[in-house]
Amino acid sequence: MGTDGARYESRYAARARGVVSSAMRDLMALSERPEIISLAGGFPATESFPPEVFSELAEVVARDHLAGALQYGPTEGLAELRARICDVMAVEGAVAHPEHLMVTSGGQQAIDLAIRTFVDPGDVVIAEGPTYPGAVPTLTTYQARVVHVPMDGDGMRVDLLEETLDRLAAAGERPKLLYTIPTFHNPAGVTMSLERRRALVAIAHERELLVVEDNPYGQLRFEGTPLPTLWELDGGAGWVVYLSTFSKILAPGVRLGWVVAPPPVLRKMNLAKQATDLGSSTLGQRFVLEYLRRFDYRHHVARQNDIYRRRRDVLLRALEEEFPAEASWSRPGGGLFVWATLPEFVDTRELLARAIDRHAVAFVPGQAAFLDGRGGSSMRLNFSGVPEERLVEGVARIGTAIAETVELQRVFGGGA
Amino acid sequence: MRVAVLKGGRSLEREVSLRSAANVEAALRRLGHDVTGIDVDQHLVRTLRAERPDAAFVALHGKGGEDGTVQELLEILGIPYTGSGVRACERSMDKVVAKAAFATAGLPTPPWFAFSEDAFREMGAADTLGEIRARLGLPLVVKPAKQGSALGISVAHEPGDIPRALMAALSYDDRVLLERFVAGREIAVSVLGTEEPEALPAVEARPQDRDFYDFEARYTPGLTEFVAPAPLTPEEADTAARLALECYAEIGCRGFGRVDMILDAEGWFWVLELNTIPGLTDTSLMPKAAEAAGMDFDELIARVLAQADLGG
Repeated sequence: MGTDGARYESRYAARARGVVSSAMRDLMALSERPEIISLAGGFPATESFPPEVFSELAEVVARDHLAGALQYGPTEGLAELRARICDVMAVEGAVAHPEHLMVTSGGQQAIDLAIRTFVDPGDVVIAEGPTYPGAVPTLTTYQARVVHVPMDGDGMRVDLLEETLDRLAAAGERPKLLYTIPTFHNPAGVTMSLERRRALVAIAHERELLVVEDNPYGQLRFEGTPLPTLWELDGGAGWVVYLSTFSKILAPGVRLGWVVAPPPVLRKMNLAKQATDLGSSTLGQRFVLEYLRRFDYRHHVARQNDIYRRRRDVLLRALEEEFPAEASWSRPGGGLFVWATLPEFVDTRELLARAIDRHAVAFVPGQAAFLDGRGGSSMRLNFSGVPEERLVEGVARIGTAIAETVELQRVFGGGA
Repeated sequence: MRVAVLKGGRSLEREVSLRSAANVEAALRRLGHDVTGIDVDQHLVRTLRAERPDAAFVALHGKGGEDGTVQELLEILGIPYTGSGVRACERSMDKVVAKAAFATAGLPTPPWFAFSEDAFREMGAADTLGEIRARLGLPLVVKPAKQGSALGISVAHEPGDIPRALMAALSYDDRVLLERFVAGREIAVSVLGTEEPEALPAVEARPQDRDFYDFEARYTPGLTEFVAPAPLTPEEADTAARLALECYAEIGCRGFGRVDMILDAEGWFWVLELNTIPGLTDTSLMPKAAEAAGMDFDELIARVLAQADLGG
């Protein structure tokens, strides 16, 4: 009983059929094994969260708010939490009103709600290439046709975006939305310049292009001046939907994020959220709310950023030492990730097999960040969740796997 | 009976093993056994000593689980286990060793050459690719010697494909084989038993729009059409069964196993490999073979467990 998958096959929805097994997915699951040094995760350093703060919050919730924290809550989230989230956004200069904001179950749900609210099967969505690997299954599930726009050190190539839009328009296609991570991009590790931000918002206004701005990492800045969000630059024109999360500034375990959108859009997303989960965990919301009432989260973020900056520096130094001269990589001024690109003959999925099997080290192969099969010689490396000496050892091991591959390429003469 | 189901581990087929094990554990519970799933890690020996199971069902695939390593540990601990013993696992895990055994016994297997990564790096083995191509012809198949689920296997259609295929295969193992590509039907014969092993009805896998039965075709429902029993003439079915039993005996298998072969256009069978721990996932071949023999999954698992043993 239950072992015969065939009986369900004819019953699966088209959106579920698109999500298939792959050798790559199996390999990535293996990277979570404890014996493996994994630079594949996107994990904040949760070990730095003070246990006494947690105890205090748990006690406050138990003493003063227990019945409410255990009860259903409003779909859009606790009113005071929404107000306090607006304060969090204000730190980055983004003005939002609580009534335009909905609490979600992590930033991932905010992405899901945005895509499902706008995208029918076959609709065109524009995304950076590479894009957030976690958005790939979402876009696949809703059967979006994703057109990637290349990036460079200043983020999305807005000139190429215009070309893409022209090309689509000539073919009678109108993209439903553009999904972007302007600041400390996952996985590219780059930040969109101010000039490009302005140009992108101008294009959005001129062409009535809906921009979904995903900003989980904006406050994880190690250096340089903060840049305005697209939401701010939009100036209330209504062409930007803004997503963010507590996962990186507080902890992913609370599973809380948010979306800010023009009121008609927010109403649609609210209905979609009702269908999904009625509302996000009231317990988690109460916990975060009490935290924000009592503590300045920016101290926690500053502490985290100190750890991340050191880890980034260690990773970049290790890359200089261990990666071949032909490799290139981003030097992020914040966030969690570095994107490295190797010589074209290196297939990073094969490299991952070698790395896991023979060197007990893992990373995310670049193809996971594309929906069109590109990214084959790139990789995403996380530094936030890996202690410094493990980072050094991990990069050394990946470097060995690369050196073996380069040597084989030399032996095989690069062709017949 | 207290049964420990060994699963997962660090092999590249970890996820496949977890899928097999989930089915095995469910079946063993339905059969009334006291089941503990053990994800194999560095504490395995300690865990087994603490659990003291009456038997271990080895639902591991690939390195560590299918190559005799775990079997050796179970021998030392004196815990009877399912499937083949240490020697048979060692001989079948490496396709090169298994093919040599088949060839020596006069069992048909496509001609091949095998090299280690070091041979390419240190002895100029790549300079022989011209001769290899001349002897094996094109297309040819390039495989990692010790890897399951078709990981790292590719078919080289042009001379220029061979280096790329070798690079891919060497990512999955430090030894590779280049094998003559035999076009034909993918036939798998599962074998059950120890003293008097029986061949179950052959199953044919018909991967859709692919060179061969690759990883995605194996584990994505709908990508492969399975026909069980395979539509063979009575003579072909007899030959396939006899071949599978001879391979099984030659390697010295116990409990269960699966022999993968190709039936070419002239009606000849070619043995590709023998698996000492056949997949038991929803899309795996052996459960389909059992079903074709009128045996449900639980009965298959019961019979495999009944032959758990030591030695061999």
